[in-house]
Amino acid sequence: MRRATHAVRATDRRTSPWRGLWFIIAAFFVVFLPTAAPASAQGDGSQVNVEEHDQNVVVNVRYNNEPVADVRIVVSGGDYEAEAVTDDRGQVRVGVPTTDPYEVLLDEETLPEGVTVEGDNPITVAYGSQFFAPANFFLGEDVRETASFMSQFVERLFNGLNFGLMLALASIGLSLIFGTTGLTNFAHAEMVTFGAIMALWMWNLGLPILLAIVVAVIASGAFGWAFDATLWRPLRRRGIGLVQMMILTIGASLAGRYIFLIFIGGGTSQLPGTGGVKHQIIGPIKLSTIDMVSMALSLIVLLAVSYWLLRTRIGKATRAVADNRQLAAASGIDVERVTRIVWVIGGALAGLSGVLWAYFRPGIKWDMGVQILLLIFAAVVLGGLGTAFGALIGSLVIGILVETSTLWIPSDIKYVGALGVLVIVLLFRPQGLLGRRERVG
Amino acid sequence: MNWGSILDNTASFMLSPETIGFMLAALGLAVHFGYAGLLNFGMAGFMAIGAYGYAISILSFGFPWWAGILVSIVGAVIFAIILGIPTLKLRGDYLAIVTIAAAEIVRLLFQSRVFDEWTNSADGLGGYHTSFREANPLPEGTFGFGPWEFTSDQWWSRLFGLFLVALGLLLVWLLMRSPWGRVLKGIREDEDAVRSLGKNVYLYKMQALIIGGVLGALGGVVIALPSAVIPQYYLPSLTFFVWTALLLGGAATLFGPIIGAVLYWGVMAFLAGVLPAMATEGWLPISSTAAGNLRFVLVGVALMLLVAFRPQGLLGNKKEMTFVK
Repeated sequence: MRRATHAVRATDRRTSPWRGLWFIIAAFFVVFLPTAAPASAQGDGSQVNVEEHDQNVVVNVRYNNEPVADVRIVVSGGDYEAEAVTDDRGQVRVGVPTTDPYEVLLDEETLPEGVTVEGDNPITVAYGSQFFAPANFFLGEDVRETASFMSQFVERLFNGLNFGLMLALASIGLSLIFGTTGLTNFAHAEMVTFGAIMALWMWNLGLPILLAIVVAVIASGAFGWAFDATLWRPLRRRGIGLVQMMILTIGASLAGRYIFLIFIGGGTSQLPGTGGVKHQIIGPIKLSTIDMVSMALSLIVLLAVSYWLLRTRIGKATRAVADNRQLAAASGIDVERVTRIVWVIGGALAGLSGVLWAYFRPGIKWDMGVQILLLIFAAVVLGGLGTAFGALIGSLVIGILVETSTLWIPSDIKYVGALGVLVIVLLFRPQGLLGRRERVG
Repeated sequence: MNWGSILDNTASFMLSPETIGFMLAALGLAVHFGYAGLLNFGMAGFMAIGAYGYAISILSFGFPWWAGILVSIVGAVIFAIILGIPTLKLRGDYLAIVTIAAAEIVRLLFQSRVFDEWTNSADGLGGYHTSFREANPLPEGTFGFGPWEFTSDQWWSRLFGLFLVALGLLLVWLLMRSPWGRVLKGIREDEDAVRSLGKNVYLYKMQALIIGGVLGALGGVVIALPSAVIPQYYLPSLTFFVWTALLLGGAATLFGPIIGAVLYWGVMAFLAGVLPAMATEGWLPISSTAAGNLRFVLVGVALMLLVAFRPQGLLGNKKEMTFVK
C-alpha cells in the first residue's frame, strides 16, 4: 500500500527536453512508474472476448522498456470492434473472429501526462503462420523543445557522473576480490541485486527507508562473507583452478538470479522516493534530491574506502595481498583474513551500489545486476584488473561515456559504446590504465 | 500428474531443432574450449549471427535458403576474426570477458531500432520458411512413431540439422586426429612449449576460433530454421546453457557435446513438465510459474557441481582436463 502512494506522486514529472526524438529506452531518470500503479486497477478488462474467439490480438504498451498499465486499446476490423485496458504487464489480449488484418488504436488520452506514442498509431496487425503478430506500442516523451548542445552535454555529464560513481562501488569490490583471490566473479551481479532486494524487503517490513538501506548494506556484507565461507574458501583449499572457479561463479550467478526470480517474480518494484522533482542547481544542471544524495553517498563511501586502503593497516595488507599473494603471506600477513574482509567489503559495496542502481534505473528487477555486470567488467578492465583505484577511474569513464554517448547514438545501443571501449582497451593497453604489464600474462 | 504426457514431451524434445542446434553449438564450443583451451563465453553471439544471417539474407535480400546458410557461415568467420585479433593473445579470463561483451554487442545491435528495417528490432524475424520448405524432399504427411511423430516439414528441419551435426562430427574427428589437431591440443596443454617448436600459436588459435564459431552459427541456423529469430533469446545465459550441455557430456570428447545436448534438453523438458505439475499438486510451496523457473536454478547448481566434481563430464578422461587450471 505504501508503495502505491509513492508511485502516484511520481507521475507528474517532465524532464529532459530533447529526448522525445529518441525511442524506447529513453532517459534513466524519467520517473513515471508504470508497474506500481494501484493494485485495484490492474487485471480488469485486459482480456476481452478471449473465450469467444479462437484468434487473439496481443497488444503490448511499453515505456522505457517497462510496461504501462491502464491504457485504453481499441481493436477494429470489418464490422468487429472491441476495446480493452492494459493490465500491469502493459498487455491486452483481444479475441477476434477472423484472421483478417485488424487495426489497433491506442487512446492517447489515457496515457500518463507527458508521454506519447513513438511510431505508428493505429498499428495494423496481420495474421502470421499461427497467430497474429503482436502490436507493440513504444512510448516516448512529447516535449520537443530543443536545448543547446552544451547544456545537454553538461546534464548528461552529471548523470554519467552519478552512474559512474554507482558503478565504482560495485567495481571496486569486484576488483579487490579479483586482486586478492584471482577470482573473476560473474556472480558479483547477483550481489548487486541482493542489496536492492534486501532494501526493498526491509522497507516492506516497515523500516524507514534509510534504515532499510543500512540494514541491506550490512546484510550484503554478511552475504559476501557467507558466500566466501561456504563456497570459495573450501574450493580454494581444494586447490581448484581459476578457470574452474570462473565457471563456478557463472553457475552461482545463474542459480542466484533465478532464485531471485522465484522470490520476487518477473515484475519491477520501486523503492520509496524514486524520482521526485528535479531541482535546477546551476545553469543546465538539474538533479533530484535522490540524485544528489546518491552522488554524495557514493563519494563519501569511495573516500572512506580509499582512506581504508591507503592509511589503515589492514587496507595496506589488502593492497599487498592484491599485489602478490605469496609474498604477502611470507611477510606475515594473514591472507585468509584479508580475503574474508575483502569479501565482506566487496559484498557491502555491491549491495549499496544495488540500492543506488535501483534508484537510477529506476526499479528493482530480478536481473537488474546482470544488466550492468558487463559495464562493471568494462570499468574494471579499463582501469586494470585487480587495481582498486583503476576500477574507480574506469567506472567514472564508463559511466560518463554511456550517458554522454546518447547525444550521438540512439539510447538503445548506448551500452555498445562502453563494451566497444572494453574491446579497444584490450587491443591497445590490455593491462588497463593503472595496471602493470605483467598482470596480463 | 500426467506422467505419460510429460515423458512424451521429454522424448519429443530430445529430437527438437533446439536440441540439435545445441549439439552443433556445443560441438563448436568443444573445439574452442575442449581442444584449443579457449574460454569462449560468446557462443550466443555466434548463434545470433547464424540465425540473423540466415533470416536477413532471405527476408531482405531474397536469397535461397542454402545461400542464407552460406551468409551465416561467412558472418561467423568475420566475427571470429574480429573477436580473435584483440583477444587471442590475452590470458583466459580476459578472453572470457571480451567474448561475452562481444556477444552482447551483437545482440544489442540486432535488438536496436537503428537497424529496424532489416532486424525488426525487439520483435525479431519470422516468416522466412518458404524457401527451405520448398526444398523438402520428404513426402507430405505425418510420420514417425511414439513421441517422435512429426509432419514432413518438421522432419525435414530435424533431419537437415542432424545431417549438419554428422558433418560437424566428421570434420572435428578428422581435424583432431590430424597433425593440426595435435598442435592444437599441444597449445591447450602448454602454449609456450608449442611456440618454442616454431608453431604460430596465434594462427592455430584463430583457426580453432573460426571453426568452432562456424559450428556455433550453424547451431543458430538450425534452431531458427523452423521457428523465428528473437533477440532476447541470445542473452549471455544462452552461452552458459551451451556450456552446461558441453561440460555435462565432456568438453574434450567427440560425442560429449552431442550426448550433453540431448541430456541437457531432456532434463530441461522433463523438469518443465514435472516442476509446475508438482507445484499444482501442492508438493512445492511455490506457484507453477516459479516452479518452472526452478529448473534454471538447478542448471546453475548442476553447472557448479559438474565443474567442481567432474570437470571431464560424462564421457571425458580426467587426464585430458589438466589444462583447466
